[in-house]
Amino acid sequence: MTPTLLFVQSLNGLQFGLILFLIAAGLTLVFGVMDFINLAHGVQYMVGAYLMAAFSAWTGNFGWALLLALPSALAVGLLLEALVFRHLYDRDHLDQVLATFGVILFLNQGVKFVWGAAPLNVPAPEWLSGSVELADGLLYPVYRLAIIVAGLAVAALLYVLVNHTRVGMLVRAGASNAPMVSALGVNIRRLFMIVFGFGAMLAGFAGAMVAPILSVEPGMGDNILILAFVVIVIGGIGSIRGAFLAALMVGLVDTVGRSFAPNLLRLFLDPATASQTGRAVAPMLIYIFMAAILFFRPAGLFPAKR
Amino acid sequence: MTELAQTRSAPALPFGRRFELVPVILFAVFAAGPILASASGAEGYVLSLLTRVMILGLAAMSLDLILGYGALVSFGHAAFLGIGAYAVGILASHGSEDALVQIPVALAASAGFGLVTGAISLRTKGVYFIMITLAFGQMLFFLATSLAAYGGDDGMTLPERSRVAGTALIESDVAFYWASFFCLLVTYALARAVVASRFGRVLRGTRENSVRMEAIGFQPFRYQLAAYVLSGMMAGLAGCLLANQTEFVSPAYMTWQRSGELIFMVVLGGLGTLHGAIIGAAAFLLLEEFLPEILHTLGFMLQEDMRARLVENWKMIFGPLLILIVLFARGGIMGLWRRGHHG
Repeated sequence: MTPTLLFVQSLNGLQFGLILFLIAAGLTLVFGVMDFINLAHGVQYMVGAYLMAAFSAWTGNFGWALLLALPSALAVGLLLEALVFRHLYDRDHLDQVLATFGVILFLNQGVKFVWGAAPLNVPAPEWLSGSVELADGLLYPVYRLAIIVAGLAVAALLYVLVNHTRVGMLVRAGASNAPMVSALGVNIRRLFMIVFGFGAMLAGFAGAMVAPILSVEPGMGDNILILAFVVIVIGGIGSIRGAFLAALMVGLVDTVGRSFAPNLLRLFLDPATASQTGRAVAPMLIYIFMAAILFFRPAGLFPAKR
Repeated sequence: MTELAQTRSAPALPFGRRFELVPVILFAVFAAGPILASASGAEGYVLSLLTRVMILGLAAMSLDLILGYGALVSFGHAAFLGIGAYAVGILASHGSEDALVQIPVALAASAGFGLVTGAISLRTKGVYFIMITLAFGQMLFFLATSLAAYGGDDGMTLPERSRVAGTALIESDVAFYWASFFCLLVTYALARAVVASRFGRVLRGTRENSVRMEAIGFQPFRYQLAAYVLSGMMAGLAGCLLANQTEFVSPAYMTWQRSGELIFMVVLGGLGTLHGAIIGAAAFLLLEEFLPEILHTLGFMLQEDMRARLVENWKMIFGPLLILIVLFARGGIMGLWRRGHHG
């Protein structure tokens, strides 16, 4: 367990956490403001990655592809809202879970239909490829650093939007009491639409950003969706601040846990058992973490509703 | 969750009406299964499909016990299927191939898991409950994928079906069919008895309004936990059967998608009727099995390659179908039946 390795893994964890935050931010707002449980948020991340792959193959330029992918992801989100989700706001959670599950089935198969089942690759832009030497003998890929910077920038932007603009104020008010906001004369349906579209775009942005470092394939949104749910449940539904902290925690616990759980267990167990138990325990860590947090705080760390 | 219960679930069964048509027909059809299968000309295929319907029907029914009667939306129910299946697989790989050992172990393991996770999950409400059960399901899924000694990601093949008291009683497909039938019938009867008992009425009362139940002196938590454990044990039994049917055990039994499918089966059949869940499972599995064929027939005017593509991507039809069912077919199949029956 060298300090260098720990540092690199922490950076990876931070990068993963920020991607999780981009997805979880939209999810927690949709959840908090509309009390709407959207399982299809993960496929919006996948759609973002696919759009990125398609546009980058078409334009051959990373920047243009990103510029085209973002509004397209927004359009897909708004289309889904108008076609399906809008009819589910008044339904109970069970219906929402099922209908959005149907959207997942459709879109997972849909991307297979359009782009085939084989994973796609997206090249990283020229000026962000290669590695940078952070310290003596410690190389780190520039593109991953770029993801960290972009994630932090979006987090800051969201902070300003949510805390210092009129729409942000309405969103916060909606998260703590939506019927009251509606009674005060705000067009809550339009607010829902804005929040929804914005959330879809953020998820699409996350997908577009990770496209160069992951393979773009059907079903890639499914597992990250579960992690995003873990994040918003730990953070407290409806709270952006909670989602940010929880995303970083989950990202770090998961990444660092996977590489160090076997080493850590070696202190108590013989090496063979330690590496086997370590590999078994590591993927479970965040779920244990979540169960522990919910045990002590059943409504998450920063509950928005009181 | 109270609004869910009030708008969606079946009205309490009238006590005077002992004879019920739907479950009788349902079990009669299952009992006629082997005859139907041999008449159809594709005996092995029909028999294995019907066996699968009964096993997943058992799992869906166990979920209905807490979802329909307790309004507890458990999104991790597939974990119990996995526990049952892995109990069979792990014991078999250590030489205990007798179902009389495997099933009690599977039930005990499911009960233990249900007790621990239920005690934690039931502290939360609503969406948090959905999410925490999902998290526990995922936890077990990842545990299974990391069990390198038992196949890890790939799962493991069973050498043969479980023995019963040392004999190869359920080795033949027909015998296994009857074993599954027997399990389903007994659990169904048990679940009906539970639902009709005082315990069941307290559970339903808790579903409608847990604060009032508390006010008249019940502790909802205990009843919900007991129901959760019981439901988990039934799903564990279904897991034992599933492992035996396919003679294969893998983490794929407990993906969260499988949990979602179980919920869908219950809702499709109609919440809070028990036999509705079995019918829902049947409808789901038959749809999954025959939708590609139906699409093939419907696509007669398309060109051959488009037609093949349509059939291959049947899930693109299945997904929207699911959405439409949720949006328009409230109360599921049993709801339609009741509406048709009572004008």
